Amino acid sequence: MKGEGGAVRAVQVILPYHLRNLAGVGAEVTLEVDAPVTVRSVLDALEARYPMLRGTIREYGTGQRRAFLRFFACEQDLSHLSPDLPLPDAVAAGREPLLIIGAIAGG
Amino acid sequence: MSSVRLLVGTRKGAFILTSDGKRERWEVGGPFFAGWEMYHLKGSPVDPNRLYASQTSGWFGQTVQRSDDGGATWTPVGNKFAYDGVAGTHQWYDGTAHPWEFKRVWHLEPSVADPDVVFAGVEDAALFRSSDGGANWEELAGLRGHGTGPRWQPGAGGMCLHTIIQDPANLERMYIAISAAGAFRTDDGGRNWKPINKGLVSNFMPDPTAEVGHCVHHVAMHRSRPEVLFMQKHWDVMRSDDGGESWQEVSGNLPTDFGFVIDVHAHQPETLYVVPIKSDSEHFPPEGKLRVYRSRTGGNEWEPLSNGLPQKDCYVNVLRDAMSVDSLDECGVYFGTTGGQVYASPDSGDHWTPIVRDLPAVLSVEAQTLA
Repeated sequence: MKGEGGAVRAVQVILPYHLRNLAGVGAEVTLEVDAPVTVRSVLDALEARYPMLRGTIREYGTGQRRAFLRFFACEQDLSHLSPDLPLPDAVAAGREPLLIIGAIAGG
Repeated sequence: MSSVRLLVGTRKGAFILTSDGKRERWEVGGPFFAGWEMYHLKGSPVDPNRLYASQTSGWFGQTVQRSDDGGATWTPVGNKFAYDGVAGTHQWYDGTAHPWEFKRVWHLEPSVADPDVVFAGVEDAALFRSSDGGANWEELAGLRGHGTGPRWQPGAGGMCLHTIIQDPANLERMYIAISAAGAFRTDDGGRNWKPINKGLVSNFMPDPTAEVGHCVHHVAMHRSRPEVLFMQKHWDVMRSDDGGESWQEVSGNLPTDFGFVIDVHAHQPETLYVVPIKSDSEHFPPEGKLRVYRSRTGGNEWEPLSNGLPQKDCYVNVLRDAMSVDSLDECGVYFGTTGGQVYASPDSGDHWTPIVRDLPAVLSVEAQTLA
């Protein structure tokens, strides 16, 4: 189910608490994402729909993941992988969410 | 009847405190943006219902919020603060060159002329301007680019641009201050800047009277006399009568001249307020007594104001943006502490009462006087 150019997928994303409040959404959002479904394409779709999230997950300028955030899916930590790798089939098919997790740190 | 609205930024959210003109009973609204560091909120002098707020987080970076209804509702606006051109380097703590990196917005200063124009003072130090209500931000790059930028260095709290003062009689003139670089002035609307630090003495520097490198904590001005500036430096309370061209120390009889806040009475331009803090090693009031000091002579002669303030076992700090005055006939003075108290005096400092005692650590307090 992954990597088929031109197809549009319904992808679920789970946001951390503070970003839900910032975007005014519930815990989970469903996005239409052009295949191939990757971290980059999902975040592009997320930021296009919720512009207030720009700069809060990826740094402006570099596009790098912010240091205290991580990306998980299907019990895998995807944070250090290329954002252009296809996400697991279950994410691309909408059966499993992409989780954006804030570090458990600070006071 | 007139009323007062206090915009309070804390480590864990924002609060809006409101009262009628008597300033005896207060409503506490909030928290807004709960859990976020709210460095500063300020209303437009032109349209008091237009508010801007700096919302920041170590996890999620910087957001700017805007309200068009006095804080009832908020909308996230632009948060892209890109340095103009090649960012360059400044001095790091160890003296090495360090690249300029945006971290957060410390201070938002709405224009005195246009509610859609707002200035942002940021860390690492730079000045940005928006002319569309905060949607887009452009650096006034002449400040970092005038020549001394590579010699600026961070203070303990970071290299922040924390003070922005507009001359209401001449919109081309502005003053800003950076810790630890000093004070700067533009006379052409922000295109060109010059350091205005002559007379400052900072003994921690290799050259204590250097052109830049001074740890200015805050600067205040009375709108009726834009040539007269008052400064709380790291150590020393200073005064300039010539638009910052020269400074004289006016610490006088203060018990300690270290501190962060300084402000001017709304109707008496020679009446000043500071909160002396014991030292740069011990950030709390001397003797555990929280006292505001007032000078009615533009400095040098100071009187302690303690009526209603804790005079025993008080070890809070009052940060640089955490004091403000209203402009009612009897000037109200307000400040917030790192212990979460916000104190109000409806009579120019003679008597104080806590509006609220248990907020998160207060970062900023701004008073709005509403018709």
